[in-house]
Amino acid sequence: MSAVETSATGAEKKIVRPYGDTTGDGMVQVSFTLPVAHDKRAEGAAVQLANKMGIDPAMVVHAKPMGDGFTFFVVYGRVNHLVDVDAVQVVERDFALLSAKEVNTVVKQRLRRKLSVVGACIGTDAHTVGIDAILNVKGIAGEKGLEYYRELKVTNLGAQVSVPELVEAARVEKADAVLVSQVVTQRDAHLHNTREMSAAFREAMPAGRRPLLIVGGPRFDESMTDELGVDRIFGRGTTPGEVASYLVHALITQRKANA
Amino acid sequence: MTGKLDLDPVLVARARELARRAGQPVVDLARSHTTVSVERAVLRLAGVSGADPDGIPWVNRLVDAVVADVGLGHGVAVPVFDALAREGITDVTLLAQKAAAGSVRFALPTGRAATAARSAARRAVGAGIRRIDRRRAERDRLIKRHGDPKQRPWIYLIVATGDIYEDIPQAQAAARAGADVIAVIRSTGQSLLDYVPEGATREGFAGTYATQENFRLMRAALDESSKELGRYVRLTNYASGLCMPEMATLAGLERLDMMLNDSMYGILFRDINPVRTFVDQRFSRQVHARAGIIINTGEDNYLTTADAVDEAHTVTVSQLLNEFFAHEAGLADWQLGLGHAFEINPEVPESFRLELAHALLARELFPDAPLKWMPPTKHMTGDVFRGNLLDGFFNLAGALTGQGILLVGMMTEAVVTPWLSDRDIALQNVRYVLGAAGGLHEDFVPAPGGFIRRRANQVLGEALDLLERIGEQTLLTAIAQGTFGIMKRPADRGKGLSGVAAHDGDYYNPATEILEGPAA
Repeated sequence: MSAVETSATGAEKKIVRPYGDTTGDGMVQVSFTLPVAHDKRAEGAAVQLANKMGIDPAMVVHAKPMGDGFTFFVVYGRVNHLVDVDAVQVVERDFALLSAKEVNTVVKQRLRRKLSVVGACIGTDAHTVGIDAILNVKGIAGEKGLEYYRELKVTNLGAQVSVPELVEAARVEKADAVLVSQVVTQRDAHLHNTREMSAAFREAMPAGRRPLLIVGGPRFDESMTDELGVDRIFGRGTTPGEVASYLVHALITQRKANA
Repeated sequence: MTGKLDLDPVLVARARELARRAGQPVVDLARSHTTVSVERAVLRLAGVSGADPDGIPWVNRLVDAVVADVGLGHGVAVPVFDALAREGITDVTLLAQKAAAGSVRFALPTGRAATAARSAARRAVGAGIRRIDRRRAERDRLIKRHGDPKQRPWIYLIVATGDIYEDIPQAQAAARAGADVIAVIRSTGQSLLDYVPEGATREGFAGTYATQENFRLMRAALDESSKELGRYVRLTNYASGLCMPEMATLAGLERLDMMLNDSMYGILFRDINPVRTFVDQRFSRQVHARAGIIINTGEDNYLTTADAVDEAHTVTVSQLLNEFFAHEAGLADWQLGLGHAFEINPEVPESFRLELAHALLARELFPDAPLKWMPPTKHMTGDVFRGNLLDGFFNLAGALTGQGILLVGMMTEAVVTPWLSDRDIALQNVRYVLGAAGGLHEDFVPAPGGFIRRRANQVLGEALDLLERIGEQTLLTAIAQGTFGIMKRPADRGKGLSGVAAHDGDYYNPATEILEGPAA
């Protein structure tokens, strides 16, 4: 083991600053655009912004006019902030993020059958944007939807599905998980609909046989799972990969660990 | 530029023949069915416009009313124009309003009433098609006046703010910075709406709704830019999803210049019913042919889900099918923006040589088509510096292989929707490559027997094998069994199936009759 690594792990440098080419030089590089035409004053404005960001001295190494009244800057300089590594706090996701390949492998090897997912928009919500982003192969933000996963069997019921229809489809498809999306909502309709849905599943199926209930949408509070009677809530910006990883975690990895 | 790969002309002819054999049953199916969206497009051509207070277009209300009374299989033209005569009115939109209020009943006329309704429908739809013809002539005039871009490939840039009034200045700035083609990305999920929203729109999800008014506003803005810049700036939107025929019609009426229009994308990636898709697609392509619109096909999408090396031949197969369907619908080679993409994992040894082989194969197979060359997306990681380098190689491959339309890659792909500076850096990248090596395709002839020639011929061989396998079944069965991508899409499933009907014996569609007749 090299001396550097020993000092990194053994002696524990707790306070660090950015590294350009010398320890402790604090050098950083940033780029940004200001909505001003390019002239001397614009460059001065870039330096002022960099200074306020804690970069001092700041060197504007590149300034280029872009379109009408915009200038792009690249700035190098020494930042005066220190980072206390001990004080770093991160919120750990309670499940591992897996690639599509890893999800398929775990399902294939440990569940030994396709994992069945039934999705729908319930109530009067006709906005399938959310459920389609998660389920359609097309996916969202460059990530493919759950249909793309070979080991998942996806049934997308679409919009304006009634709760009894959803329960029946879950039964027919032997759903391991039910995904419900609620995008547009008025007077907390998304909460009423979700409670109605979870109650219907509780009534229709005994505890051990119920599918995992997951709801998603921009208006949900992710901490309300108990109150709504569901297993998981996903908020704005959730990607298909996160949902697939959670399914594997909740239905396979965690279940086996508890068993 | 032909003969750079030493492709066997017998094999190439065989590939086209197999594509025809696979595609012909689908064409027969399309010729014997109609859809609600085809019928709504007919009504739009006949002059129905606007929407009810809930935003449901009058064409939807009118088609729904006709279907409720007499079904879809006769076509709506005759029942509508028969009702118009009986009501003694001439305004079709007014008829739609009355029908929505339940004060009009539709019937199937016979004898002279039927003949009269047919000829009235043909006159009204003919007037709509003549409007499309005038817009095409107008485009030709404007191109003559302002000129085409000076270089090939044309530079294609995307804007998508969700707000048409934000899109306009962004599009104009992009044109000033060098874009030859502006595409306005649609709001997520619009392809699954079974109606076309109305009016100017200011909010969308990751894109802007495609509406006739938004088309008109953007085209007018780019006409200003064309005048200012001394080159005709083209406008692109999407004829895909459940309203393909109507989108094509609105594009023709508002002089859009290119439309995304793939034969199988909606089926595979959006789970739209295969029959619905093929019927809608044929009509939309007939309209595009008439309107002088260049279509862009979506082969790049296969490579975002499948491995770009292993599945390279599925791109070739799809291009051949798209070519067959396009020719059958009356599109000329200059209108075929067949798609392909730079999506090979950069960690694969010789990845750039493989890209060149695939890009040149498309170029050689379709020498007269303005191929649409799509940038890397799958292997863009958030490392923007590496992304910019990859985009540079993408641009170079485009220049080396003589691509027709180059969609500008963004180093911030998969990170953010492009910032002003991202777009500027991306255009600088394109300008550098085209300025430094724009004519390099003249000198670029892969060595006989070398890596690139061998790879291109191998991909062509694999494409032939796949086409042979499809030929043993039919295209619909192949799609149902998951031959393309990994999605299985049976013909009796998927979205939009309820809006499909087989033609009854007296089916009449004046638009198809005019579009299939001799050009005016």
